[in-house]
Amino acid sequence: MGRYILRRLLNYAILLFVAVSLTYFLAASQLNPRVLWELANPPLPAETIEASLRAKNLSDNVPLLERYWTWLTGIVTGWEWGEQPRQAGDVSEEIGRRIGVSIRLITIGILGGITLGVVLGAWTATRQYKISDRVTTFGALAIFSVPVFVLISIIQVLATTWNDVTGIRVFEYIGETGSVGSYPGAWLVDRLQHLLLPTLVLVLSQAAFFSRIQRNLMLDALGSDFVRTARAKGLRQGKAVMKHALRTSLIPTGTYFAFSVATLFLGSTFVEVLFNFHGMGEFAITTIQGQDVHGAVAVAAFGGVCVLVGATLADLMVAALDPRVRVS
Amino acid sequence: MSVVNPEVLEPAVPGAGGGGGAPVQRRITRRRLVLRRFLRNKTAVVGAVLILALGFLAAFGPLLSAWDYDQVDRYAFLQPPDSRHPFGTTQSGQDVFALTMRGLQKSLLIGLLVAVFSTGIAAIIGSFAAYFGGWFERVALWIIDLLLVVPSFLIIAIISSANRGGSNQSFFDRAVLLLPQWILLVVLLTVFGWMLAARVVRSLTLSVKEREYVQAARFMGIPAPVVILRHILPNISSLLIIDATLNVAGAILAETSLSFFGFGIKAPDTSLGALLGTGARQATTFPWLFVPAAVIVVLLVLSVNAVGDGLRDALDPNSGSGGRA
Amino acid sequence: MVTRPTVRTTPTQPSGSATTEDHPAARRTAAGEVVLSVRDLHVTFPSEAGEVKAVRGLDFDLRAGETMAIVGESGSGKSVTSLAIMGLHPSSARITGSVRLHGEELLGRTDEQLSRLRGKAMSMVFQDPLSALTPVYTIGDQIVEAIRLHRDVSAAQAWKEAVELLDLVGIPNPQSRVRSFPHEFSGGMRQRAMIAMAVANDPDVIIADEPTTALDVTIQAQVLEVLKRAQRETGAAVIMITHDLGVVAGIADRVTVMYAGRPVEQGSVDDIYYRPHMPYTIGLLGSVPRLDAGEKQPLATVEGNPPSVVSLPPGCPFAPRCPLAEDQCREVEPALVPHAPAHSAACHLADRVIRDGLGYADIFPVGEHAPGALERLPREERETVLDISGLKRHYPLMKGSVFRRRVGTVYAVDGIDLDLKEGETLGLVGESGSGKSTTLMEVLNFVPPTEGLITVLGQNPAELRGKARKALRRDLQVVFQDPMASLDPRMTVFDLIAEPLHAHRWSKADTSARVEELMATVGLDPAHVNRYPGQFSGGQRQRIGIARALALKPRLLVLDEPVSALDVSIQAGVINLLDELKAELGLSYLFVAHDLAVIRHIADRVAVMYLGRIVEQGEVDEVYDHPRHPYTQALLSAIPIPDPQTERTRERILLTGDLPSPANPPSGCRFRTRCPRKPALSEADQRRCVEESPVLLAVGTDHTSACHFNDVDRHVDFRA
Repeated sequence: MGRYILRRLLNYAILLFVAVSLTYFLAASQLNPRVLWELANPPLPAETIEASLRAKNLSDNVPLLERYWTWLTGIVTGWEWGEQPRQAGDVSEEIGRRIGVSIRLITIGILGGITLGVVLGAWTATRQYKISDRVTTFGALAIFSVPVFVLISIIQVLATTWNDVTGIRVFEYIGETGSVGSYPGAWLVDRLQHLLLPTLVLVLSQAAFFSRIQRNLMLDALGSDFVRTARAKGLRQGKAVMKHALRTSLIPTGTYFAFSVATLFLGSTFVEVLFNFHGMGEFAITTIQGQDVHGAVAVAAFGGVCVLVGATLADLMVAALDPRVRVS
Repeated sequence: MSVVNPEVLEPAVPGAGGGGGAPVQRRITRRRLVLRRFLRNKTAVVGAVLILALGFLAAFGPLLSAWDYDQVDRYAFLQPPDSRHPFGTTQSGQDVFALTMRGLQKSLLIGLLVAVFSTGIAAIIGSFAAYFGGWFERVALWIIDLLLVVPSFLIIAIISSANRGGSNQSFFDRAVLLLPQWILLVVLLTVFGWMLAARVVRSLTLSVKEREYVQAARFMGIPAPVVILRHILPNISSLLIIDATLNVAGAILAETSLSFFGFGIKAPDTSLGALLGTGARQATTFPWLFVPAAVIVVLLVLSVNAVGDGLRDALDPNSGSGGRA
Repeated sequence: MVTRPTVRTTPTQPSGSATTEDHPAARRTAAGEVVLSVRDLHVTFPSEAGEVKAVRGLDFDLRAGETMAIVGESGSGKSVTSLAIMGLHPSSARITGSVRLHGEELLGRTDEQLSRLRGKAMSMVFQDPLSALTPVYTIGDQIVEAIRLHRDVSAAQAWKEAVELLDLVGIPNPQSRVRSFPHEFSGGMRQRAMIAMAVANDPDVIIADEPTTALDVTIQAQVLEVLKRAQRETGAAVIMITHDLGVVAGIADRVTVMYAGRPVEQGSVDDIYYRPHMPYTIGLLGSVPRLDAGEKQPLATVEGNPPSVVSLPPGCPFAPRCPLAEDQCREVEPALVPHAPAHSAACHLADRVIRDGLGYADIFPVGEHAPGALERLPREERETVLDISGLKRHYPLMKGSVFRRRVGTVYAVDGIDLDLKEGETLGLVGESGSGKSTTLMEVLNFVPPTEGLITVLGQNPAELRGKARKALRRDLQVVFQDPMASLDPRMTVFDLIAEPLHAHRWSKADTSARVEELMATVGLDPAHVNRYPGQFSGGQRQRIGIARALALKPRLLVLDEPVSALDVSIQAGVINLLDELKAELGLSYLFVAHDLAVIRHIADRVAVMYLGRIVEQGEVDEVYDHPRHPYTQALLSAIPIPDPQTERTRERILLTGDLPSPANPPSGCRFRTRCPRKPALSEADQRRCVEESPVLLAVGTDHTSACHFNDVDRHVDFRA
């Protein structure tokens, strides 16, 4: 058992190492941080630029493998993921800050969204082809089909209209915090106000996704023999469904849940960018637009860790939910 | 040679076309059954009609417009819709209707190509990996894992945002520059789009492989690639069709997301994503820049997803629709 | 039927009243009183192809303490009947008629009203005990749930009762097993748990829907015994739904034979078995291979297939298959009328059948057994086509789907020797897990086994490459169990049969000539080559499978349960075909089956496998009539014989427990953990069973048995 887990972790480590190394080679050869210095006003002398780039291990005049080695030793010896261009400090500090922002942003959204999605999916499955099922299913399909940024735009337009019409600023859509009032607990109200719309977007998109999955799983479970057995014992239809079908159909949902949690750190990019939250998703975009080699690679590494944690979490989830795969 | 009692009795079934012992309910061919189930799903049918309409629009829409997408009207910068420009104009004086048609063309093309290629790759790699097993399977699975671990969005963004002008072009740069930008996008989305389907194909192949007719073919001495192409892939075609359909929607959404940040199609060419990217930021002030492309994207993706769902219900007898869909 | 459900009697009491909550004890009627009464039951489903009239007019009365069997082939409407009685049918079904429990109408009641009766007054045992139990709850949870739904008892009391119930149905260590999950139980144990759940509230009616179909014979015998015990304990009436005429003979008091949704004959079990009136019943009984048939009697073949219940032609549904059919049979559907006291049949010609005393041989064509030229040659002078010596196949045992790792070795086949001569049929029998299928796959796979040597036609296939390998493939062909699964549904019959010919590069002209010839050989109309397998019935599909196997003119045919997926009436035709082909073409068969009656009918020699070893081997009549190994004896004794009198007087050797895991076989003699012979042995002898692995010892000419104590209780007649 222990040996097995060890082997699995080793495989993960190798996967991660290869993935991150490949990303480094790609980013270091494709991104061009030199531009950032060349655009400076007043113009900097070429030697200064070269010196700054070399100091940050970003010069394309240094062979790629040599840069890679320097970068790698930095990580191994001092957990230094490299500096961002035109900015001091290691990129890992920046990431540390941003992870906090992301967690604050997505926690409520993802939990609420998944709960809502599972409930809706299970409920609509039991009401297959009835009007409530058709409406909900179509609504989920519609939200699932709208690009997130379009959804956000719609919500922002609606929120602006509301604010303008009522004259009260209920909805905030820029940043994590804004002008805090002077009454007790005002900071919390302010934060919640700012969190409201992004959370709504996350809830809607997660719920749309999960209700579709849960509905299909539930339909499968509804047709299974054990639900019939439960009814033959004397359980009423509704109770047989809740106690036997729903419980069993939650097993595969656990897998999706784990992956969703892990991948949403980078997946909430649009929400972060459009609502001005400086989290990990936004950072992914910033690094590339800012020709930030070290930042991009660090983001990739973070994303890879998220996926692998998600995979492990998914397995644990299934093991917890399904007695058939528990190891005795 | 004594012929054993043939079971080929001709039962007294009236109107049983070529006669024969076939039970009557088998008369409906699978294809007709699938079609019938699909047609019963109104959402999917509406979706299919809409897709056809949008395809038609993409092909002939530009002919309706007096303007080319890259033509600049010097007398109309950022004009709201009027009779000259039914959808208005952009900041640089381009006709929004013409741009939207051009974007629709590109998005459709990207969606279809990515879907076909990624599903094709998934089918081949997944089925061969499962059929042959051994080291081939292990390598394939490892590559799938690797591609899943790398954040694909980031990689595509890096590659497509790189500046390949300059003096010291690498071989890679020159190869990339040879391709039109939208084809590069198709390639990238394909490369990062096949892994999950390949996994599903693999697990399905593992079960189909154990079916008796596949074993029968193997014991007859039929070579493996023939067995896969003739016996395995056709029998998981339902999954492949559904996957390809949903991949169209996925690819269109991926393109819009990339283009939104400027990592996809860039000016002077355009796509729905590129239009949305510029339009979204001004959605409240200049809605005509945003609304046409947004409506088209939503309609397109919604229709494709509806058709995909409809196909799943129609092709999968276990979908629980019970013939009522 | 176009009318909405016509409920003849609405429940007189409003829901929730005292009568629906009747206490079984208060209700319990004296033995012999009618508990359940079904009148003119019709069940109709909508389907893509049209209305499925699954049940078309069923009447019966069920008395307390009695067992009624509903017998029929697939699609006869027997399972639908049970679901309709329980109210568990799909909501799209339309049901008319009357179902009365203790005189009270059940049809038209709400789910809530019915749920008070289900599991209490009437309960059900389903066919597949794996899918019928919820995988995420323990066995105890599920039994306790059944108890507490209907009775106001404390959880502790309910758990205590659950343990007692498990003990009643013969689960060893019920105290600890009550906390097991369904996947930790074997198939037989799961079915016992299902029975425990069904009798938990002392029901008046138990409906058992094919309760033993998914189980091995020795386990089937145990479960049927448990079911009988449960019935005795509760005094319940039992409806036994099955296709197995042997099971019926052993358990039923009365029998209803169903065909195309209608009862075609009803009567006491003796009436049905010894004095059948309806040609279908007669044919069904005549087509069952009998374990107790010494001579090689050819079987009755009921040609054709059960009709589709979607669009039935007018007249008797059996008329197209009935050799006696007259014009009136094709025009008017006969009613079920009594032709003798308490014995009715739906047949226009029943009076003629009764008057002339017609048996199956008089009504149905009977295949003839013509010995081939080779059979006359003494065995030693014939060429050996297949020789297996010291064959072992071990697999790694993996565990856990999440933390997958090797935890041991499965000894699937562990040292067996077999030889098969030209023109001979060797039957390989055993229960699931015995290694018979693995043996067959080893022969077909052409890869080196873990140990031992396989010689096919004098060659070692594992060493062959390229052309020689392909040439050997030509001589060795296979017929699989399920013709639906072994024929690619997307190919026409022509392409299917031609596929091996293409692979071996036959010319186009030769191919089509050969396909036509083969179609005729297996008794199919060559004009049907352009059809798809889905357009044929099960029996015809299996004929296509046989034609394909014969295409390359092989010499050795490996048959993996070739008739076990077929309905009884169709099975006989395929068995007769195989019999004839062997004689005509000089084929050799390696015939794997779990049905010992089929093997007795078709095989010349038989090898009995248990946990990867052969325990007894020899000439088929010798082994069946004088079995020497205790396992063979138990196996033969467990098989139900379609003869009520024999079944009543038979004494079964019931094996205890389940087959041990092939990953952890017992030391010494592998059968010792379940051996009925061992407990009578002296301690020293018993030690020998534990320590020493028995080898096959000659116990007659061409008859060997692997038991240290072959001579103990040597006269066992499975018929008595």
